Amino acid sequence: MNVMLIDYGAGNVTSVERALTRLGARSQRSHSPECIVKAEALLLPGVGHYAALIRALDERALRAPLLDALQRGIPFLGVCLGLQALYETSEEAPELAGLDLLPGSVRSLPGTVKLPHMGWNQLKLTRPSRLLEGVSADAYFYFAHSFAASNVNGEAVALSNHGADFAAVIEKQNIFAVQFHPEKSGEPGARLLQNFLRLAA
Amino acid sequence: MSLAHRIIPCLDTDGARVVKGVNFVGLRDAGDPVALATRYNAEGADELVVLDIAASRDRRPTFLETIRRVAAELAIPLTAGGGIRTLDDARSVIRAGADKVTVNTAAVARPALISELSREFGAQAVVLAIDAKRVNDHWDVMVRGGRDSANRDALVWAQQGVELGAGEILLTSVDRDGTQLGFDTPLTSAVSRAVSVPVIASGGAKLPEHFAQIFSEGAADAALAASIFHDNVQSIRELKQYLATRNIEVRLPC
Repeated sequence: MNVMLIDYGAGNVTSVERALTRLGARSQRSHSPECIVKAEALLLPGVGHYAALIRALDERALRAPLLDALQRGIPFLGVCLGLQALYETSEEAPELAGLDLLPGSVRSLPGTVKLPHMGWNQLKLTRPSRLLEGVSADAYFYFAHSFAASNVNGEAVALSNHGADFAAVIEKQNIFAVQFHPEKSGEPGARLLQNFLRLAA
Repeated sequence: MSLAHRIIPCLDTDGARVVKGVNFVGLRDAGDPVALATRYNAEGADELVVLDIAASRDRRPTFLETIRRVAAELAIPLTAGGGIRTLDDARSVIRAGADKVTVNTAAVARPALISELSREFGAQAVVLAIDAKRVNDHWDVMVRGGRDSANRDALVWAQQGVELGAGEILLTSVDRDGTQLGFDTPLTSAVSRAVSVPVIASGGAKLPEHFAQIFSEGAADAALAASIFHDNVQSIRELKQYLATRNIEVRLPC
């Protein structure tokens, strides 16, 4: 199986690529609609500004083929902004429409804590998770973000907390997404990526 | 469940080797960056900072190659800095595998650099490094490796940097750097309480108690040190175990 890394010109593609290589997986970068149509598995990395990701998806005409692939059941993993893009909108760029695969919007974490939420934090499982199989319950993952989804609709299988609870891991049929960076989260992160590769195979 | 306090080893490199010195004088070789990075990763380092202390144009390709080699081995975040003067400089270290860049002297000279980097890579990728030195009742920003005063208040500069788009402050006490007398608690506490972003304390660490103090009294979100880790004065694993016994939230290595 070949994982297609959606390379929209910004973000952490190199890190994700290296993490997959360390796990012995084959991956390929692409930003062409034709490649997304043919992909066996898709990974949307992303770090930085929500608007940069959404604009790049539209400018490169990737939105339609991506939504089509997800509807056909192609396994998908969104990382960080790749999770936030699944919602209807984000407070970070309210004028731009998200992929609208999950109801609700992404909002700023509360101003009562230091932002960005940067560093290692733990998860709180809300129901059994396929991505977190074999990952110890007290494992830490690396986060770097200021916006998050509040899980008002219960879509998350795991939450984390920084000033407020937020969706950390999402699993909805073939759609998987994590707010943290598994590619930067040491052993537990590698395990999660491995689980995704296994689920996608 | 809460955010863990981070321990960050720093590799000062001169081209392909890690060097160390007191107050930038008397540099000596401290090892291969990839070997040290791998060791710190295994010991439970939360991040790694790699600085190009020479920051000369002709050695730049060597530094980028060092970043590439270190990034290939690491599964933790990597920050690169030293000599980042333009958006292109930052692009090249991020393409080489760094997750964040630090800017210091160039940002003091041209603060708009912070905004340019933040727009391109996001605030979480922009670390404003501030070298601060006590002068009477305040702290001055120092530039060019801590040698010259920028005649600017460190607290004010930290706040401006955050407004411009810095997502983190790497705060080095010029007074404490290289002394091993402990971090500068009043400085770190003042800056940490003045800004809304995480603050990494640097300069002066030796004992585990120094780290406990900078997290509890200094309100630091992370603490950085170099030579005490390179020389095995302090192991990261034991340091974290100690901090855990002091009820300071840390990510313990397995």
